[in-house]
Amino acid sequence: MKRTRGKRGRIQGRVTPHKALADIRQLLGDEPRDRDLLVEHLHKIQDRYGCLSHRHLLALSIEMKLPMAEVYETATFYHHFDVLKSDEAPPPPLTVRVCESLTCEMFGARELSAALRAAASSEQVRVQPVPCVGRCHAAPVAVVGARPLEQANKDKVIAAIATGETACPLPEGVRYAQYREQGGYALLADCLKGNRDRDEIIAALEASQLRGLGGAGFPAGKKWRILRGQPAPRLVAVNIDEGEPGTFKDRHYLETDPHRFLEGALIACWAIEAEAMYLYLRDEYAGCRAMLERELAALRQDPPGALPPLHLRRGAGAYICGEESAMIESIEGKRGMPRLRPPYVAEKGLFGRPTLEQNMETLHWVRDIVEKGADWFTSQGRNGRQGLRSFSVSGRVQKPGMHLAPAGITMRELLDEHCGGMLPGHEFYGYFPGGASGGILPASRADIPLDFDTLQPHGCFIGSAAIIVLSDQDSAKALALNAMRFFEAESCGQCTPCRAGAAKAVALMEQPEWDRLLLEDLARTMEDASICGLGQAAPNPLRCAMKYFPGEFES
Amino acid sequence: MTESAALASQGPSPAATGGDPQRIPFSLNGKALEAQPGETIIEAADRHGVAIPRLCYKPGYRPDGNCRACVVEIEGERALAPACCRQPAAGMNIHSDNERALHSQKMVLELLLADMPQQGPSPYRPDSELDAWAARLKVFSPRFAPRPPVAADLSHPAIAINLDACIQCARCVRACREEQVNDVIGYAHRGKHSEIVFDMGDPLGESTCVACGECVQACPTGALMPANNAGLEVPDQRVDSVCPYCGVGCLLSFHVKNDQIQYVTGRDGPSNGGRLCVKGRYGFDYARHPARLTTPLIRKPGAAKTPQLIAPQELHEHFREASWEEALDAAANGLRRLRDDRGGQALAGFGCAKGSNEEAYLFQKLVRTGFGTNNVDHCTRLCHASSVAVLLETIGSGAVSNQVADGVQAEVIIVIGARPNDNHPVAATYMKNAALRGSKLIVIEPYGSELYLHAHKFLQLRPGTDVLLLNGMMHAILEENLHNESFIEAHTEGFEALRQTAQAYSPEKVAPICGIDEEDIRETARLYSKAETAIIFWGMGISQHVHGTDNARCLISLALMTGQIGRPGTGLHPLRGQNNVQGASDVGLIPMVYPDYQPVNDPRARERFEALWGAPLSPDQGKTVVEIMHAIHAGEIGGLYIMGENPAMSDPNLSHARAALAKLDHLVAQDIFFTETCGFADVILPASAFPEKTGTFTNTDRRVQLGRQALAPPGDARQDLWIIQEMARRLGLDWDYAGPEAVFEEIAQAVPSMGGMTWARLEQEDSLTYPLEQEGDPGRPVIFQGGVFPTADGKGRFVPADYVEADELPDETFPVIFLTGRQLEHWHTGTMTRHSRVLNAIEPLPYVLISPADLRALALESGDLLTIESRRGKVAVSARVDEGMQQGVVLMPFTYHEAAANLLTNDALDPHGKIPEFKFCAVRVSKNEAVGKQQQPVEREPAAPEPTPLPV
Repeated sequence: MKRTRGKRGRIQGRVTPHKALADIRQLLGDEPRDRDLLVEHLHKIQDRYGCLSHRHLLALSIEMKLPMAEVYETATFYHHFDVLKSDEAPPPPLTVRVCESLTCEMFGARELSAALRAAASSEQVRVQPVPCVGRCHAAPVAVVGARPLEQANKDKVIAAIATGETACPLPEGVRYAQYREQGGYALLADCLKGNRDRDEIIAALEASQLRGLGGAGFPAGKKWRILRGQPAPRLVAVNIDEGEPGTFKDRHYLETDPHRFLEGALIACWAIEAEAMYLYLRDEYAGCRAMLERELAALRQDPPGALPPLHLRRGAGAYICGEESAMIESIEGKRGMPRLRPPYVAEKGLFGRPTLEQNMETLHWVRDIVEKGADWFTSQGRNGRQGLRSFSVSGRVQKPGMHLAPAGITMRELLDEHCGGMLPGHEFYGYFPGGASGGILPASRADIPLDFDTLQPHGCFIGSAAIIVLSDQDSAKALALNAMRFFEAESCGQCTPCRAGAAKAVALMEQPEWDRLLLEDLARTMEDASICGLGQAAPNPLRCAMKYFPGEFES
Repeated sequence: MTESAALASQGPSPAATGGDPQRIPFSLNGKALEAQPGETIIEAADRHGVAIPRLCYKPGYRPDGNCRACVVEIEGERALAPACCRQPAAGMNIHSDNERALHSQKMVLELLLADMPQQGPSPYRPDSELDAWAARLKVFSPRFAPRPPVAADLSHPAIAINLDACIQCARCVRACREEQVNDVIGYAHRGKHSEIVFDMGDPLGESTCVACGECVQACPTGALMPANNAGLEVPDQRVDSVCPYCGVGCLLSFHVKNDQIQYVTGRDGPSNGGRLCVKGRYGFDYARHPARLTTPLIRKPGAAKTPQLIAPQELHEHFREASWEEALDAAANGLRRLRDDRGGQALAGFGCAKGSNEEAYLFQKLVRTGFGTNNVDHCTRLCHASSVAVLLETIGSGAVSNQVADGVQAEVIIVIGARPNDNHPVAATYMKNAALRGSKLIVIEPYGSELYLHAHKFLQLRPGTDVLLLNGMMHAILEENLHNESFIEAHTEGFEALRQTAQAYSPEKVAPICGIDEEDIRETARLYSKAETAIIFWGMGISQHVHGTDNARCLISLALMTGQIGRPGTGLHPLRGQNNVQGASDVGLIPMVYPDYQPVNDPRARERFEALWGAPLSPDQGKTVVEIMHAIHAGEIGGLYIMGENPAMSDPNLSHARAALAKLDHLVAQDIFFTETCGFADVILPASAFPEKTGTFTNTDRRVQLGRQALAPPGDARQDLWIIQEMARRLGLDWDYAGPEAVFEEIAQAVPSMGGMTWARLEQEDSLTYPLEQEGDPGRPVIFQGGVFPTADGKGRFVPADYVEADELPDETFPVIFLTGRQLEHWHTGTMTRHSRVLNAIEPLPYVLISPADLRALALESGDLLTIESRRGKVAVSARVDEGMQQGVVLMPFTYHEAAANLLTNDALDPHGKIPEFKFCAVRVSKNEAVGKQQQPVEREPAAPEPTPLPV
């Protein structure tokens, strides 16, 4: 802490807020005060006190030997931290988060928010609109405290508030012992014992053509090989910050079979000889976090071999932290602002070290590919494409949910074969093929194979394979605005095209008549000049709406 | 097509372009160019005269690439790339001016312009970089709606915050966090809510901002500006000069309009790289303060001298105005009569470390040849005299071995007895940069100043225990065989005696007295002795003790026994305090030595200077500052000529010093304000402020730097060089120096280490480092290379030192240790800074730092008034609680005449350096009953609601 010099400092001098410091010391116990734990420690205060007061932030800055500005700028970056102004009262003890992203808005989230605000006591409950919470198949979704309510309505939420059940139930997936009984971790144990060759494993991944399933689609085997060539110490970082609106596949696999990706991740650690592994889990998945903590403990208790240190880190409500370099910044305890590349994460990632960062689902497939062979994976696929895709399907379909289907399947095929067709009374109108950032396609383009690289010619991409199906009752124009509002709210604020561009785009799109020339001018710069994928992809829905749904713009 | 253009159009190839394999051939806008290794696209483009817009980019700062105004197309890449961050690769084809690149460059400018006030030119500065680029790219009427209004923050006296002109380029964040490492500015919230914040979103005036102004200098749009729209005025001229405050010697520019300095900017000087501190940047307006002395003054007949101070507003009751002729005659005649009646030894002169080398040189020459005495001294006696004495005694040179810029490259940096973040702020920024880079910063200080936040180790020792601690370190080094035997053997003498002395000071024995963990002493000893490169910086905490020379001897012994001297990044650096204390000492403003530290009692030296000056010189060492005060009391000295010094504030035991001044038969005071000392004068000569004259100033690094005149002296005030000459003529000297240049030429003859310096070269280069013996030499930044010292035998000398306690230890009556010090915002006795609007607005009133526990024990709160009393005096001062203070110790700045800390201090002297013990005396501290109220209205912060834990 510094000596204060301003008007207040002349009187106040340099003093420690002893009570607040005692609170912080008690809360942190004997945990390390390392810089990278800042976000973790902020969570502890937020969890305990329901907010972050200036006194506690000041005490934390003293305790962690960090400048106040660094603590404050980090705390205010994340939606899940309630940083109080110096004279502000703490927020109500309970927060109800109502998802207002694409699918939930289609299913009446705004009306739900309004109804809840009218019904709940504002002293006891705060109703907050939030971006996607990863349960779009059951839209609309409200989260009472940490407890998600699917197909939420006012009565369900009020009842949950009344019963005080605000904890997230733990998912009932395959547990550690069970996973091992079923042959799990045998491959890892083999690797650790030296029965496997690192190059052989990487070669299998390369042959499978498995690509990064977080959205960018970088070939996994190639990434591992690049890491092998980087100087030690190397690290592995697993991205479970699934936040693309419409996406819930990672949560699905995490809840049902968590050790499969852990085994893949540990094989990755072994393959690139990583010193440690960091798991970054979005804060919205509170139940998964508790379950993962339990399962990691079980794994450490009875490991299949020597494990590297495993760190589970908690996001704090920031879509941008799903961007690989923003996630790394966040793990380092900073604002989740993407880094400029080069240097790439593989060369200079977490803590400046070469880092293998993979989406969780990518690692989920490692064991199967090695055990069943790369051919097993490549033999699947359709319409000239290879492999499997986990589609998070939501919207106006009979059977929304996670559908594992061949890569290259078309929207039409997916709808008919997996989703049970459209909901009654709804006519297929269009679809988001890759969440909010992947653009919007009309029903007339439902025969494009859905896979990496196939949608780009149409101004779209598959990203995390989050399919949101629109019907004749939906408006592409309105949903494009919803998407742009999402990007505006989730922009880290670092670069002009994204920070100012998204805000200006929202303002233009809120007009009854869109200035389409200006929007296109703006879209071009957002795509061309933004630092990261968020800003670059943000204009996709806007452009698609103008391009493919001209009928909505006729007055 | 010319031949070279034809070649160029064939595309880059090493053969065609000269073939330097280090160069990287690439093309920019169709032209074949070469980049140097490590160069970014924008740097290469700039070098080749291709203008690419840029806003967040600032040369010298880490490029951040956030504004995206500089995006260029690199063929084959999906998105555009920021030219400020990307480096050209061989064969890269880059376009900064094609339709695609220009579209985004202009859109970025349009987006930012849309959010400016009135969507137009910055109302806060005439030369906004955004406006300039928008004009250049013809981006005029933004098509977007503006952002919601943003409130201004005008809470700070120096800096206006108008975030409605902020483009969030984060140059200020890098300025604050990466350049100056003051860590106040943050970038908070996110998306369109992102904003620049201070600390935790506080108003700037209530934040921990130290007002270095680096952010203001970095801001491209005027969102951060000097307060009161000072930046809106277009200056008439820019005068390149140097900072008048501390020894760091920052180069700066005065921006002048109508004979007033509008604002100051940092220049890319060798010791500051464009950085300044609050004093250098905002403390310039004292020169135009209405209280400046503008007419010579003569004491009225019958205006009796008493030890009481005369308030400036009452000066006309005691003094009358006079012409220069009359005043100079009166001033000189008074001195001449005493000289003629009682001999030269009845006179003395106090020169000034704020003056130029030329002024200091002429002043000492005047005293030596005109008065006929060596009784000439200056504030080095209150400062680093002990360090200089020891450096001369042990290694034969009275200056630093390594410059700050070099020292901060060291692996281990020890800062002992110094608070550079307050007193050498820009040097401290480089120390903090070093700590960020991974150097191990070790801070050894009784007071926990902010520097410890950046320290690898912080040893908070009890005041006055330095010799114990340092001997303890030497003991540990010897015990673990970490001393450098070959260096000791080849380059030193006297080691055995040192070894024996160190024997007695085992870490376990000294640790409890020092208040430091034994292992910390050992670990520090190991870190220092084992480091590849290691430097020691020290300050007044070492020198201002009765054992100041012993403290310094120990530091030098540490360096010699470990061989940590005489290499780049390795050596000794006493941080010189005043902007020209090094130079004033170099040119002989010291009673024992002539210029170049030639002893006055050495007949050969005397002959040399008698020849140079054409006058007989006294063979007797002169008296030092405090000795002169004693001699006045003893009736030995009756006349004193003071140029710029303020002993009525700066001397220890002020009652005694003021009584001495009052007792003088004749006192001539030459100053810019009616200082406390002026009240005792018979004649007051109104002199020039720093920006009103030209001269050279030698910084702590041995850099001789040129200060250029920017303003005319006000009224009838005159330049000091002229005044000294006029005094000299009236004392019978036949001087006719045309100006500082002529004096400098003589200095180059008198001081061989500056012998190769010329005025012309200084005018061209602004800064030269000595030793520079021959014209054209580059100067030697690191001295003692190869372990060769400028002593008779070329060897360094160990002088062991045993522990001596402070002169006045706390007891039952006076149980608290009293330290004096300086503070960031004020300079010494406040003559300049308390006449600076900004500086005095930030720190307007005296205070004493006290530990929370001690204040609690008095049942008082921060801001309440205390009485502090020593055997010599007492003051009333408000308490400022500070957790960096140890219990039983209080610390007070000596700036404030309302509560002069030196009324309390002890005038016991170090026997060798003759420096008084400012850093230790015994006081008692009590609640000020007489007043019972605060000096200033206390706006205590309302208690914020305490957050309560949630039910679990």
